[in-house]
Order: sequence, then C-alpha cells, then structure tokens
Amino acid sequence: MTTSDTLEALAKAGIPAPEKPLLTVEKLTRVYGKRIGCADVSFDLWPGEVLAIVGESGSGKTTLLNCISSRLTPTCGTVHYRMRDGASADIYKMSEAERRYLMRTDWGFVHQNPIDGLRMTVSAGANVGERLMAVGNRHYGNIRGAAIEWLARVEIEEDRVDDQPRTFSGGMRQRLQIARNLVTEPRLVFMDEPTGGLDVSVQARLLDLLRGLVSDLGLAVIVVTHDLAVARLLSDRMIVMKEGRVIEAGLTDRVLDDPRAPYTQLLVSSILQV
Amino acid sequence: MTAQATDAPQQALASYNFAYLDEQTKRMIRRAILKGIAIPGYQVPFASREMPMPYGWGTGGVQVTAAIIGPDDVLKVIDQGADDTTNAVSIRAFFAKTAGVATTTATPDATIIQTRHRIPETPLKAGQVLVYQVPIPEPLRFLEPRETETRKMHALEEYGLMHVKLYEDIARNGRIATTYAYPVKVEGRYVMDPSPTPKFDNPKMHQSEALQLFGAGREKRIYAIPPHTDVVSLDFEDHPFEIQHFEEPCALCGAEQVYLDEVVLDDKGGRMFVCSDTHHCESRRAEGHRGALLGDEPVFGTTPVGDKEPAI
Ligand SMILES: Nc1ncnc2c1ncn2[C@@H]1O[C@H](COP(=O)(O)OP(=O)(O)O)[C@@H](O)[C@H]1O
Ligand SMILES: [Mg+2]
Ligand SMILES: [Zn+2]
Repeated sequence: MTTSDTLEALAKAGIPAPEKPLLTVEKLTRVYGKRIGCADVSFDLWPGEVLAIVGESGSGKTTLLNCISSRLTPTCGTVHYRMRDGASADIYKMSEAERRYLMRTDWGFVHQNPIDGLRMTVSAGANVGERLMAVGNRHYGNIRGAAIEWLARVEIEEDRVDDQPRTFSGGMRQRLQIARNLVTEPRLVFMDEPTGGLDVSVQARLLDLLRGLVSDLGLAVIVVTHDLAVARLLSDRMIVMKEGRVIEAGLTDRVLDDPRAPYTQLLVSSILQV
Repeated sequence: MTAQATDAPQQALASYNFAYLDEQTKRMIRRAILKGIAIPGYQVPFASREMPMPYGWGTGGVQVTAAIIGPDDVLKVIDQGADDTTNAVSIRAFFAKTAGVATTTATPDATIIQTRHRIPETPLKAGQVLVYQVPIPEPLRFLEPRETETRKMHALEEYGLMHVKLYEDIARNGRIATTYAYPVKVEGRYVMDPSPTPKFDNPKMHQSEALQLFGAGREKRIYAIPPHTDVVSLDFEDHPFEIQHFEEPCALCGAEQVYLDEVVLDDKGGRMFVCSDTHHCESRRAEGHRGALLGDEPVFGTTPVGDKEPAI
C-alpha cells in the first residue's frame, strides 16, 4: 500500500493530509515456537485513519493486533507511535509504567468479548469513570457527569448508570466497553472483532454507532475482522492476511472491488455469495 | 482461643524458645519488619509460621509481637478496644507464659500494644509499638483478584481502582459508606489497608509518634508505618473523608470524640453507648468523670448506631 493511496483516502474523508504517520509498524514478527503467528508486517497508520486487518481464522490477525498494541511482545520488528508532543516513541523501549499509561489514556482496546474489557461487578458509571480516576480525576460529580455523557453517546440511558454490566444485553455491553475506552479521548483505538459475538441486527446498529463516533472524534482505528462487510463499512484501508503474512493491502474499496491476489479474490467472491 | 487450645500448648511450652518462636524465625520476621519500615505501606511477604491458635485469631500479629518482644517489654492486648475479651486475654496469657513479660491494660504503661480493630484513645508516644492483627492486607483485592496484577499496580502506583471502589460507594449510598478498612495512602506512595480498624482511627495513624506494624498470618504479609509518617485517607474533592460522629457522649464516663460501642441493656430495646476503649473509659471514671448512666439522669438509648464491624 502506498502513501498516495492513503492521501487519497484521507482527501475522500475530508481530512487534511498530516505530515507524519501516527503509527509506524516495521517488519513485525511473532512466532510461537515453530509456528508463525505473524511475519514481516510493515505499514503506516495516519491520524484519523481506519485500517482493517482481514483474513480467515488463524491467519494471524489477533497476534498482529496484540503485538502492535503492546499486549504481546513481538519476536522481532518495531512499533513507533507519535506521542501527543509530536515525538516518535518506540513502544517496546518505553518503561512499563509509560506504556501502561499510554494504553489507558491515548489508546483504547475493544475486545471481542466485552467481559474481557469490562469490570462486570461494578456499575456502568464506574466502568466509564475508571480511566478518569486512573489519570487523577478526584471529583465525583465530574466523573459521574462524564460517565453519563458517554453513556448517552453510546445510546445507553442515563438511568442505567448505576447498573452493573452483568444486567446488560450483549450489544449494550459492547457499547459500554466502547464508552469506557473513549472517555479519555484516545487518538488510537484497537478493536478485535468488535461485532463478532453479536446478532446480525445488533451488529448493524453497533457498526453504525462506531462509524459515527470514529468520524466525529477523528479516531485512528485498527480493526481486526474476518467479516469483509465490517471492513467495507468502517475502514479506509485494509490489509489481507494469510498464514501470518500480508498478501494484499490497499484502499478498502479498491481491494474489495478489484482484488489482485488470488486469495483475496477467493475471499471476496465467497462473501459475495453469502 | 478456647480453653482447650491454650491447654494443649501449655504442656509443650516448656520446650519452646522465648516468646514461642525459634530465633531463626524471629530473625526472618525482623528482616521483613525492617524492610516494611524502610518502605512505609509496602506489603512484605514473609514465611508465616503455624501458631498454636487458628488463623483469624491474630496469628500475624502474634508472630510480629513474638519477633520484637524482649524480657523488659510491657504488653497490652486489645480486641475491639477491650482488654478483657477472650482473644485479648488469651494472647496476653500466651506471652506472659512464653516470654514471662509483664502485661498491662494501661495504654501509657505499655511498650507493645497488640490490637485487633482499634487504636487506643490515649495518644501513643515515641518508643511504643502498635502491632495490628490483619486478616486481608491487600486493598486492591476486592476488584482485582490476580496477585500478579495487584503487585504490578502497587509497583507502578496505579491506584485508580481504589477510587472506583469509593465511587461505587457514593453511587450506591449517596456518600462514602466504607467505615472499616478504609484505604489510606502512606507517605504519598503506597496505598494500604488499615484493615480492620474503623475509619474513626485513621487520623491517629497520621504522624503518629509510635511505630505501627501490621501482620497478616494467613496472607503471609507484614507492613509498617514508621513514626512521623503521613497517612492520608483516600477521598474525592466533593466527598471528603470524614470520621464517624456520635451524637451522645459515653454513657459511663461522659467522654466525647471517642469511638463508642452500642451495648444492649435489656430485651426491651434499651441500649447505651460506651467507650470501645475500656482502659480509656475506666481511667476517666477513676478521675471522677461520670456519664449519664452513672449520673442522676435516666438513660435513653436512642442514639443512631455507629457501625457494625465484620466478624473476622
Ligand atoms: N498462544 C499461542 N500459542 C501458540 N500458537 C498460537 C497462539 N496464539 C495463536 N497461535 C497460532 O498463531 C496463528 C495465528 O493465530 P491468531 O493470531 O489468533 O489468528 P486470527 O486472529 O487471525 O484467528 C494460528 O496458527 C494460531 O494457532
Ligand atoms: Mg482472532
Ligand atoms: Zn467511656
């Protein structure tokens, strides 16, 4: 995938061309013993850009996402992130404290299963407020106000603020997880199959909501999905993975309408048959 | 400790070392204590030993006391502020027998005070050591059960979760309803659980002249607050920390601004509120102070109840 692809996509989305990428992934590789998780993956991600990572189950999508988001140490390769002050930081050279701070302020991570990303035994309000408290907010009224505001943005009624997510439906839990991540206004959000566990009708509503939030907030997103329809709806660009390697990359519309790699052609034709 | 539990070791005690524990174990515990003093509020793991009493009866505190006590020490033991409960009496008898030390109920006369639940009302002095019996030392445990994770949170000073707990409290009760084991930050660094003392006593931990040692036997942790250390109770700007307030003075000695226990007088709902610190109450009465019950006025036990503590 080329820089001109990206600039074209950004122009389409009405975003002025930034000077420097937000994230730079270089030759990222993770092996599990002799098995390849992902191998030799490189790309840039620009501020406000949505990148989909697609491929069959077992193709290395989750491994790649976890290596980029510092949840899994890569075997080799680097990930550089442009901090808010403009400096580029190698995330694996940061101290653990700095990295964890980054993860709960400037980054978000939306898990496929909301149970992995929520505290099920504290209220929705505390789930959303946790990141604010973690960065030192000590005013109960302000924290609660922000929580209620974010619940509204993900279409959860104010009167659920004191309920535990245990009492929420799957779709609501996922929306709560999104609010919990967005409350610190991160610049980059990782998502692993965010609609994966949901009914089709619920999926559609969530995708719609996500699309709105991403464009309103100008979020950069890396979203892993095996569902090409999700990639089509959410992403500006995509990379296609097979057996841990990137076999095709480009603007989403181009890849889906005119796939070049035979494997991508197969993937696209199978989705079209559904 | 039941009568049976004290009898059994008594026969075997003749062969035990001074203060029951062998010297090597005491040295190990002292090293943990010294490390705890060097890093105020940090939980130091130690190899907790079996004691001739069940967990929950203060085995952590007993081991700490055994490790620091010497023949010249004067020991006071309290349980809920009282010197005369079974637990306090047993532990005092244990050290009187195994270490031959003098014991007292008078706070100013004690060099070591072992406690479950309370800090004496009489301010502690330099040279005194307060030893707490702790059931659950980890303040983050309730929301994060993984030990690996709570250790990391302490190491990286990630304490947002403590405020999540207080947030939940306010959301549910309209105010911070935590009254026991109220979390504190020690010397601006480690968050610590003063469990299970009432929050009424939290301010006494701050800048105390005495050394405060905490022993958790089952959980194998020791931690410490050296003298003259900052101990700050966590709170929110719009919900500041407050101690419990009692509307009436002690019915026996008339003391105010002390922690009171509710005592049921009869089966018709009659009750009174008296000092939980029995020594404090007795010494005030000896000085001639009189509460409503001992004065001329009739007693009406209608004061709101303080707090019910969990059974440990
Ligand atoms: N923890 C692990 N240990 C060993 N092999 C793993 C582990 N996690 C993933 N793999 C292997 O790595 C490959 C990529 O897996 P994964 O990243 O989960 O793919 P995807 O998310 O695309 O389904 C697969 O062959 C998988 O079996
Ligand atoms: Mg996966
Ligand atoms: Zn009294």
